[in-house]
Amino acid sequence: MPPKKKLIPKKVPAREQDPGKRRLNFEEVSLGYEPEEAMREAGRCLGCRNRPCVSGCPVGVPIPDFVAAIAKGDFEGAYGAIRSANMLPAVCGRVCPQESQCEGACTLGKKHEALAIGRLERFCADWRMRQPLKPLCLPPGPVASGTGGNGKGAGRRGKVAVVGSGPSGITCAYELARLGHKVTVFEALHEPGGVLFYGIPEFRLPKKIVAAEIETLIEMGVEIKRNAVVGKLFGLGELTEKFDAAFVATGAGLPRFMGIPGEDFNGVFSANEFLTRTNLMRAYRFPEYDTPIKTGRRVVVIGGGNVAMDSARTAIRLGAESVTLVYRRGEEELPARAEEVRHAKEEGLLFELCTLPVEITGEDGWASGLKCIRMELCEPDLTATDGRSSAAGKPSAGKPGRKIPKPIEGSGFTIGADTVIVAIGTSANPLLTRSAQGLRLHRGYIEADETGTTSLKGVFAGGDIVTGSATVISAMGAGRKAAHTIHEYIVSQKNVSQKS
Amino acid sequence: MAEIVEKKLIRHPDVFYYRLYAPLIAAKAKPGQFVIIRIHEKGERIPLSLADIDPARGTISLIVMCVGKTTSELATLNAGDHIKDVCGPLGNPTHIENFGKVVLAGGGFGVAPLYPIGRAFRAAGNRVATVMGARNKNLLIYESEMQSISHRVIVSTDDGSAGLKGVITDALGAWLEEDGADLVMAVGPAPMMEAVCRKTASFGVKTIVSLNAVMIDGTGMCGGCRVGVGGKIRFVCMDGPDFDGSLVDWDALKRRQAMYRSEEKESFEAWKKRHGLEVGD
Ligand SMILES: Cc1cc2nc3c(=O)[nH]c(=O)nc-3n(C[C@H](O)[C@H](O)[C@H](O)COP(=O)(O)OP(=O)(O)OC[C@H]3O[C@@H](n4cnc5c(N)ncnc54)[C@H](O)[C@@H]3O)c2cc1C
Ligand SMILES: Cc1cc2nc3c(=O)[nH]c(=O)nc-3n(C[C@H](O)[C@H](O)[C@H](O)COP(=O)(O)OP(=O)(O)OC[C@H]3O[C@@H](n4cnc5c(N)ncnc54)[C@H](O)[C@@H]3O)c2cc1C
Ligand code: SF4
Ligand code: SF4
Ligand code: FES
Repeated sequence: MPPKKKLIPKKVPAREQDPGKRRLNFEEVSLGYEPEEAMREAGRCLGCRNRPCVSGCPVGVPIPDFVAAIAKGDFEGAYGAIRSANMLPAVCGRVCPQESQCEGACTLGKKHEALAIGRLERFCADWRMRQPLKPLCLPPGPVASGTGGNGKGAGRRGKVAVVGSGPSGITCAYELARLGHKVTVFEALHEPGGVLFYGIPEFRLPKKIVAAEIETLIEMGVEIKRNAVVGKLFGLGELTEKFDAAFVATGAGLPRFMGIPGEDFNGVFSANEFLTRTNLMRAYRFPEYDTPIKTGRRVVVIGGGNVAMDSARTAIRLGAESVTLVYRRGEEELPARAEEVRHAKEEGLLFELCTLPVEITGEDGWASGLKCIRMELCEPDLTATDGRSSAAGKPSAGKPGRKIPKPIEGSGFTIGADTVIVAIGTSANPLLTRSAQGLRLHRGYIEADETGTTSLKGVFAGGDIVTGSATVISAMGAGRKAAHTIHEYIVSQKNVSQKS
Repeated sequence: MAEIVEKKLIRHPDVFYYRLYAPLIAAKAKPGQFVIIRIHEKGERIPLSLADIDPARGTISLIVMCVGKTTSELATLNAGDHIKDVCGPLGNPTHIENFGKVVLAGGGFGVAPLYPIGRAFRAAGNRVATVMGARNKNLLIYESEMQSISHRVIVSTDDGSAGLKGVITDALGAWLEEDGADLVMAVGPAPMMEAVCRKTASFGVKTIVSLNAVMIDGTGMCGGCRVGVGGKIRFVCMDGPDFDGSLVDWDALKRRQAMYRSEEKESFEAWKKRHGLEVGD
């Protein structure tokens, strides 16, 4: 039973940039809590003994503990508690789909508004980053098991290659470095961070936060090799020869197109291209930066997830007169974070829901419109599997299926558009896996169990390249799990080799 | 970071040869592959084909024509300077085997990447003929290099200032008439490759082209380099750059290459103004 306590039904609101103003800039939308606001919000926590919120968090952040520390004004203690489970609190506080994770499980949320766990987590991380001179990393972790727990493993440290510097790779590198291993991260692009850098826009996740986290890794002695495409510059086999183990976290990869007529007109983008130009290459500051981007007057974005929402809100900021989101299901089904949908509406995003694109029309080689038909929502099909998880061979058991839309005859209409952004998901990138003989795949994604173990000895994998597009926190969770598996693997290998 | 160890002007005023110290790339690269470079923090990522690979010296060579801001800015760098990012080797190597008679068709600076490709074809036992074309004599590059790896080199210029007078497809047609071919490999501007494919189709000779779509990452992530091949969407950086030319949707490729023309012009003009330069025009 939670202790008796006066219930405050609503979250302490977080200050936000005014929608009228922010739709014209790339600065962060949510401004977060001041210390006093954070303490007030933390005071709403019931301190439930069964800790439902913790089981809602994929990495098990000790939520009631860190929240209690905030309530007392002990921000350093709160930060330490979060960091024990989550290496990227400044990121997760901002981008986790809290409503379906920690906050979705919060007792307060049954009758009232759930505790603002994400905002509190972000508050701690931001507060900590402003403190001078304190190293951000935790001291080296305990020497883990696998050696009988008597410290025999000490000194038997290995060299590990991590492929990809997205959240999964970063987390794995961090954990391994803590455990005393020498880690080299190979990143294909010129900037590390994965989707955190090239995908999620500045106004939702400032790049200096990602850079600070990467800096922490470097301070811990992790080496990051940029412009290093594994599968081209190095083969996976080469890595396993030179290193004791390799962790593959190359992300989801290849953007999908719809296969409808007109997708090759100018003005048609994959969301990845649109966002990569803007974020990684900073095209929103063209011509100061050399990479250009085209945003027409009327933009249509196809899709309903975070990627679609980010593209739409980026187009608004790049000066489009109107931006319309076309999604084949209803508002309830939008997979994007609830907060992003709310923010996007405030910024003037228009929605055409239950709508299916059938053709992109063109004039003089440029997109001129999107022909659509309306969809009728049917009853949820309980056997349906979520496209993303089934790609990884794991049907989303237990989850109610989403409603299956069906076209309504004679409902065709056209939306005028000079820019069409396709954000309907990705498929597995074969760049690395093509050259990795013996690595078992499922529809192109790497087959790995919960511990990150693959079919190849010494090769481990996690994140989107295993699960298909998922979330930052699940990618991190996989990186952390794999780090511990790799640690045990290396210690056991070294034990064997020392015996023989 | 990669150091420029050698730079020379190979065609006045706007085509330069660069040799970069990039031992890891040189150790792995194969003919037909390319790199993506970024000159500085605010720079664009641009793809460039490998014009030579020297694993012994740890260097790769590029031949770059100044056509806009980045290529012109690159030309301001000299031996001893560094290029911030060099990523590669990217794309798939050209498929090399003994086909019998191979004809290399190079338009403009497209001849450069044909040099390592042709050398590999020859080493595989092919009889190699090169047909190289340009608008005039001054625009021809790499003639002696191509001589060194070909059994026969045919030059053609639009104005007749060197070799045969006429467009490259005329010279190619005449050669196919005379000697035939088991495979044609064409590299150059898209309209040139398209014209070559139309010509070779009439002879029924299989033709491989190396496509130059606009790219960003070069790893299959952005989808910007997509092009229709045989009615399917293919990514040039992942699935190419070589494709069967008879299957390529040339109109879409040419259209997409021109997508950013006004922005590119703006960027180039602004840069020239800042530097008080008149490069390349
Ligand atoms: C626009 C967008 C918005 C999103 N918003 C959210 C959100 O709000 N909340 C949320 O939880 N999730 C969100 N996601 C999903 C989330 O970002 C991903 O699930 C997560 O980043 C996956 O992490 P990862 O480490 O597996 O891969 P990635 O982040 O994709 O990183 C993979 C890295 O590997 C590199 N790489 C790939 N191939 C190679 C190779 N061969 N050699 C070397 N390096 C290679 C890539 O360049 C990249 O840097 C979003 C995704 C996108 C695209
Ligand atoms: C696989 C491949 C290999 C190439 N090899 C060579 C080579 O060996 N030597 C050489 O001189 N050029 C090569 N190019 C072309 C070269 O990339 C462009 O000339 C260069 O990007 C122009 O940049 P810019 O800023 O100077 O000019 P801009 O004014 O920006 O562009 C001029 C034209 O170049 C093309 N272009 C612009 N940006 C890109 C980009 N990011 N990716 C691809 N094309 C672009 C467009 O068609 C554009 O209209 C290659 C292109 C590809 C795709
Ligand atoms: S990591 Fe994400 S899910 Fe876990 S507590 Fe933090 S915000 Fe919630
Ligand atoms: S479930 Fe909610 S109220 Fe209960 S301890 Fe967790 S955060 Fe606090
Ligand atoms: S350049 Fe981005 S997918 Fe090819």
